[in-house]
Amino acid sequence: MRAVPVLDVDALIDNAGTRVIVCCGSGGVGKTTTSAALAVRAAERGRRTVVLTIDPAKRLAQALGLEILGNEPTEVSSVAGNLHAMMLDMRRTFDQMVETHAEPGRAEAIIANPFYQTISSSFSGTQEYMAMEKLGQLVATGDWDLVVVDTPPSRSALDFLDAPQRMSTFLDGRMIRLLSSPARAGGRGLRKLVGGAFTLFAKAVSTIIGGQLLTDASAFVQAFDTMFGGFRERATATYELLRSPGTAFVVVAAPEPDALREAAYFVDRLSAEEMPLAGLVLNRTHPVLAELSAPKARNVADELRGAPLAAAVLRLHADRVDLAGREESLLARFTGAHPTVAVTSVPVVADVGDLDGLREIGARLADGGPGPQATPLRPAR
Amino acid sequence: MSAARLHVVTGKGGTGKTTVAAALALALATGGRRTLLIEVEGRQGIAQLFDTPPLPYEERKIAVAPGGGEVRALAIDTEAALLEYFEMFYRLGMAGHALRRMGAIEFATTLAPGLRDVLLTGKAKECVNRRDADGRPAYDAVVLDAPPTGRVVSFLDVTKAMADLAKSGPIHSQAEGVVEVLHSPLTAVHVVTLLEELPVTETLETLGELAAAGLRPGAVIANQVRPQWLPDRSVAAAAGGRVDAARIRAGLASAGLDLTPDVIDGLVTETVEHAQRVHGESVALARLDASSAAPARLELPRLIGGVDLGSLYELADTLREQGVGAEVLV
Repeated sequence: MRAVPVLDVDALIDNAGTRVIVCCGSGGVGKTTTSAALAVRAAERGRRTVVLTIDPAKRLAQALGLEILGNEPTEVSSVAGNLHAMMLDMRRTFDQMVETHAEPGRAEAIIANPFYQTISSSFSGTQEYMAMEKLGQLVATGDWDLVVVDTPPSRSALDFLDAPQRMSTFLDGRMIRLLSSPARAGGRGLRKLVGGAFTLFAKAVSTIIGGQLLTDASAFVQAFDTMFGGFRERATATYELLRSPGTAFVVVAAPEPDALREAAYFVDRLSAEEMPLAGLVLNRTHPVLAELSAPKARNVADELRGAPLAAAVLRLHADRVDLAGREESLLARFTGAHPTVAVTSVPVVADVGDLDGLREIGARLADGGPGPQATPLRPAR
Repeated sequence: MSAARLHVVTGKGGTGKTTVAAALALALATGGRRTLLIEVEGRQGIAQLFDTPPLPYEERKIAVAPGGGEVRALAIDTEAALLEYFEMFYRLGMAGHALRRMGAIEFATTLAPGLRDVLLTGKAKECVNRRDADGRPAYDAVVLDAPPTGRVVSFLDVTKAMADLAKSGPIHSQAEGVVEVLHSPLTAVHVVTLLEELPVTETLETLGELAAAGLRPGAVIANQVRPQWLPDRSVAAAAGGRVDAARIRAGLASAGLDLTPDVIDGLVTETVEHAQRVHGESVALARLDASSAAPARLELPRLIGGVDLGSLYELADTLREQGVGAEVLV
């Protein structure tokens, strides 16, 4: 088997050229924890760091001193070095964006529009868009050497790359004009294509969702029109920031088929968009720590009489050998298709609820070789 | 599970809710019954699980259950479902497909997020209520692989979604019928969890939200439960790092296994980690038990080799052994 390149986490976070680290991956793989662990480690290694978390679990938020939801970074005083952390408030970020870009006097009308309230709280993609917007703002302040950003728990890891585009299409008003006055919008080609059906469709839509919503949406899009250029510029700027050499994408996956399949899609997509990939973090692995084969362990356990502890130890070891074997073969399937992607494995840590837990994960991130059978590590306490 | 015929399965991302939903559909089909497994998130998770090509928007036989039953599957495509409605009430003809390509259909569902959910739950309700020519229900049970815990209550809270919709018209009356089914004893919402801190926290939160929305919780299904090998009395000490290495060495030596100190150290570390996990699982179980909101509990083992078609049958058997599909319970 070809050697898999190792993701050298310390080289990545120590490099002054690394300005942004984006942690992405499918839901439930430990992105938020990985982001926090990277940020703590970077800060303690001397970089002024800020971490933008999306929806941290309560104990992780507490560990970072984020009991209060604020939309601005606060200092994590219990970390040596300079670390700030914040939780994304998507609604507040959107409001601020409107306040900044709208013509004087119009911001309030936009924010009060019921349709704006739907878009800013429940449009799928808003959270992703706002995370990117906040990232852009944090970088623009110049206050930090390194910005670490967690991505929203989307169904698919790709959602956040597509969100700004989706949002733009939605907000540029073409569709809404088609629906509210199909006779005038769309141009002749389109009218020819769908003919009277579009008028019928517009009628059907308004029968189903109600005329009021359509009226609100239309008013919103009109009010929004004047600031749309500003929005699009921002989205383009953020996209360019993501493609710049100062950015590093870290794809996080658990050693499970679904998570690794998503990771593979994501790696392909990043490469298609020419976005800089640092590597894959294979999270929560179970490396074998004792050299003894599973069949042998089980055979001896079957024969053991009067030594229940030793028998139990042999059986739990045999299970672990099997599990590590499966994790290795899943990883091998990924690396076989993506042989140039650097990998680091992070053996599972039992308790990550506090800063020491994050430090332990940081250490394992920096120490992990590519395979689950990496360096034996001490258990976390 | 009592009288439920619509089984809604949810769970935090990564807990294996699709696998559990599939095993439940198999278990409920056992012994000559017919069940329908529905997927709503466009992920084609069922096709991957049963190792078949992507499912179209139609009900297809996907597996045979022990004792002659059968499982059918349906991947609901929201845009297709909305077009279906338009077709029913307005004759759009071929233009419907052109509208879809332009993104107009997606736009309509985006305008009113509740519309999407009403369409999906509406289709599920239609399948539950459908009757054969002889008047028997078309399906003995319908299993819905629902959105994850974070979104499931708003997904099922059709009453709220209706606020987005016109106060009359075809979809409105459809939605009223959905509300009736979802809030009746015909429906049970099962929550899949791992015995870990975060999934259990989300499970308990979801049970609370379900109750507040007037939805009936079914079972909490603890998935991927791993065997506990250590004797009960050793778990707490081992989880705290206290493992008697000398006793292990002596025990192994008595069976003729002479290991180097390095290997023994490795085994000790593995034992501590195993004990920490077992301890964590029992804490998680205690939290579930302590909650008054937690209904019946089922357990499924972790499959080290991963889940394939054969192991789905094993999981279905395990569910049946715990009473799923028994006359009393269904």
